[in-house]
Amino acid sequence: MHKVEIISIFVENKPGKLEKITKILADSQINILGFSITSVKDFGVIKIFVDKTQEAYQLFKEKGFAVAITPAIGIEIVDKPGGLHEVVKFISSKGVNIENALVYVPESRKKAFFIFEVDNFEESLGALKNNGYNLLTKDYIK
Amino acid sequence: MDVSFWNREIETLPEKELKKLQLERLKRVVEVVYNKVPHYRKKFEEAGVKPSDIKTLEDIVKLPFTTKEDLFVDYPYGLLAVPKEEVIRLHTSSGTTGKPKAIFFTKKDIDFGAELIARCLVMSGTTKGDVLQNSMTYGLFTGAFIMHYGAEKVGVMVIPAGPGNTERQIELMKTFGTTCFHMTPSYALYVASVILEKGIDPRKDLKIKRAYLGAEPYSEETRKKIEDMLGIDVYNCYGLSEMGGPGVGFECVYKNGLHIWEDAFLAEIINPQTGEPVKEGEIGELILTSLNREAMPLIRYRTRDLTYFINEPCPCGRIHRRISRILGRSDDMFIVRGVNIFPQQIEAVLMSIKGVAQNYQIVLENYDEMIVKVEIDRDFFDGRVERLLKLREEIIEKLRKTILVRPKVELLEPGTLPVSEGKAKRVIDKRTL
Repeated sequence: MHKVEIISIFVENKPGKLEKITKILADSQINILGFSITSVKDFGVIKIFVDKTQEAYQLFKEKGFAVAITPAIGIEIVDKPGGLHEVVKFISSKGVNIENALVYVPESRKKAFFIFEVDNFEESLGALKNNGYNLLTKDYIK
Repeated sequence: MDVSFWNREIETLPEKELKKLQLERLKRVVEVVYNKVPHYRKKFEEAGVKPSDIKTLEDIVKLPFTTKEDLFVDYPYGLLAVPKEEVIRLHTSSGTTGKPKAIFFTKKDIDFGAELIARCLVMSGTTKGDVLQNSMTYGLFTGAFIMHYGAEKVGVMVIPAGPGNTERQIELMKTFGTTCFHMTPSYALYVASVILEKGIDPRKDLKIKRAYLGAEPYSEETRKKIEDMLGIDVYNCYGLSEMGGPGVGFECVYKNGLHIWEDAFLAEIINPQTGEPVKEGEIGELILTSLNREAMPLIRYRTRDLTYFINEPCPCGRIHRRISRILGRSDDMFIVRGVNIFPQQIEAVLMSIKGVAQNYQIVLENYDEMIVKVEIDRDFFDGRVERLLKLREEIIEKLRKTILVRPKVELLEPGTLPVSEGKAKRVIDKRTL
């Protein structure tokens, strides 16, 4: 399975909001593997890639957050100059539009993945699969 | 659509004749209060107006308003326009603070109140043979009694259930084949939900056809909800003790605004801030003059209720003008950039938009900046920022169209605003001048 899942949380842009979220994860021993914030002045969406997705989702839901799980695709990037460029070039050559992205590094200086959301998940995944690029699967998530 | 009348002659009286009747009655009532009620004479003198100054209906604007405070001058009998022996009934209307307003009725007042209710009931299809469950409070409150008398006048079988005891309400409906009920909208919503929870199919197991809901403002959405839950027609009704109880205005079968009985009441709509009449069709405070009450007629009474006139002729053929459902209290009004705005207008827009939760708050800041804070609906959020931006644009655009002021809109996390309990503080005015 090449589908990975990202947790999205709606937050008002106020001091201490991020802290609240990281605390919830820390208290439950959930590891953050990747992270991004999209902010539009007074509100934003925090995207987190964690080791225990369902557990994290339930936690935030119980605490009353507006939270969603979104599917994403991960592609391995080689740790060398132009590594990310090559991957992004490949993605755009397949006509896939990157909606939101973050980076996951399972092994420092050895292995990294570019994780991104797309418009149409199934179609985009189909276009990117089997092209010699290493796509992220659950096996890499620890 | 079946249109029936209780008093066809008066209900379809041509406008010219209706106005003539109103003027005759206005002149008479002004004469009466001037001569019989010292407080009114004093008010008229202070305003420099005499009964003889009233020559046309438009002249009513020369008369001073009657406010709630006037009802406490020479309390409790000070506003009586008849000898006390003529009074056969006291009703009171609870104020939020202090003493209750005391409202008196002569025998004729009670009969006339019942006559108005008879018109209201027949207008929406109720007739002899119907069974009315009257679930308003029998007591000092006018609502239940006057409804009761009006229904009996029509020949309806009345179940004087009173409010509360939901189990018993439902038992009564089942056992006696209730065809219509009279309730507050919030209680009706509760009763309807209990009926469904019990597994009763209201369309099969009950005989209810219609409900008369009033005594507190409610939205069109709530009406539709109750109608769908029970498979009935819900009619808006309006009245106030000061004007003799319920039956001031009810809806006809077309359910598009409430016909005010203009042979009994002279209605105006004013800007609550300035006291001037609003432009045609604009929202404002309803002002009522009782044209036909004996014991305690009131001149230009400030109801504090917000509404607007619906001026188009009604397909039911009644000439009596319609007002919209009550939108709220005039005390709620605020002004931004010279425009009168009511929280209810904003609420109606927000509730019509998918993605918005129940709670909202309006914050006014210096330089007439208006910020509408809205909680997003948890189920609406799908992780996409652009969807949220679109939602915000939609809210701004729809609000601008309705209130003519472009507000700022802030999207908030669910559950961050104080939960509304009746009179929640919706408007926070931080402006300093």
